[in-house]
Amino acid sequence: MEQADIIYLARMLRRRSGLLLGQPKTHAIESRLAPVMRRFGFKDVDALIRELRHGRDALARAVTEAMTTNESSFFRDRAAFERFRDAVLPALLMQRAATRRLRIWSAACAAGQEPYSIAMILHDRKLLAEGWTIDLIATDLNSEMIARAELGVYSHFEVQRGLPARSLAAHFNQAGGVWRINESLRRMVTFRQFNLLDSFGWLDDIDVVFCRNVLMYFDPKTKAHVLDKIGEVLAPDGYLLLGPVETSQGLSNDFAPTDATCGVHVKAGRALPRVAMG
Amino acid sequence: MKSCLVVDDSRVIRKVACRILLDLGFETSEAEDGGTALEACRRHMPDMILLDWCMPNMTGIEFLRALRRERDGERPIVVFCTTENDVAHITEALGAGANEYIMKPFDRAIIQAKLVEVGLA
Repeated sequence: MEQADIIYLARMLRRRSGLLLGQPKTHAIESRLAPVMRRFGFKDVDALIRELRHGRDALARAVTEAMTTNESSFFRDRAAFERFRDAVLPALLMQRAATRRLRIWSAACAAGQEPYSIAMILHDRKLLAEGWTIDLIATDLNSEMIARAELGVYSHFEVQRGLPARSLAAHFNQAGGVWRINESLRRMVTFRQFNLLDSFGWLDDIDVVFCRNVLMYFDPKTKAHVLDKIGEVLAPDGYLLLGPVETSQGLSNDFAPTDATCGVHVKAGRALPRVAMG
Repeated sequence: MKSCLVVDDSRVIRKVACRILLDLGFETSEAEDGGTALEACRRHMPDMILLDWCMPNMTGIEFLRALRRERDGERPIVVFCTTENDVAHITEALGAGANEYIMKPFDRAIIQAKLVEVGLA
């Protein structure tokens, strides 16, 4: 790959998705783009980039999706999910006792492990049985990931990383060498392909936003922009969960972290419910 | 250093599992069936037992039930490691007192993840 092609690709990715390409090795880019080359019939990555420069939208979209990182696992960063289950959720249930409605958004859900982990916690808490209405929305830039997430089918290896055996037995069925999430959990989640750079107009009054391990791939300006938009759609007494190496500090005055390790944030200036302080 | 007894009738599996566990900081020992494993536990109760299901003489689940009746037998963390990969077997194992369950084939990442689950990582 020519250096000019790498620069072109980096600029396109940043413009379309906010993703920073960093300093990748050529073979790493070629490896990510290999499925796109096969799908669109290019013999090498140089030919693909040449076509990309002609502004073919479907190709640009496929390249952008292929370059995103989709690494995930059930209950990834366990401490954050324990914090959600033991502190955020109990506080929220008190805050929403009158309406008995929760709106939760998993903003970069990859193949669905994060929203299904949330769904397992909500299911184990028997909220639906107690008459709560749950809007669990899950989005990702990558349409292939969204299609996978909607299926809710996982490999032998995927269900053995982060998922306790008790949860596997309780919430999945095994068939033909793969594991399928139970229909009751699958139906709890509404999936949608969505770019965090686009308008958040269809989202409002969200109680909890999981935006974990996403901002770290963006430049500071894009991080601040996304945080601003999250601030607009998050309920005044809602919660934002960022990844363990992510922070809102220095990027947004809208949020304040509640702890040093779990990435739980609330809107700045808000008095924390006692239960949420643990 | 934590100790782990690897119970499996396959020498290859015992060797692979022991190598991973040694690398993860465990002191390992081996047994090729449930009876031998029970005798080993009576001599020295390990911190963890990685346990196959189908073995000659005494199955993994029979071993587990016998172990939990032994003096100090409630103490070891027991993680099944087996080709029995369905909900019914997992439920039976957990019901009999297993702490976690690994489905073969396994790799280092899976063992590491399960050690986190049981608080031994």
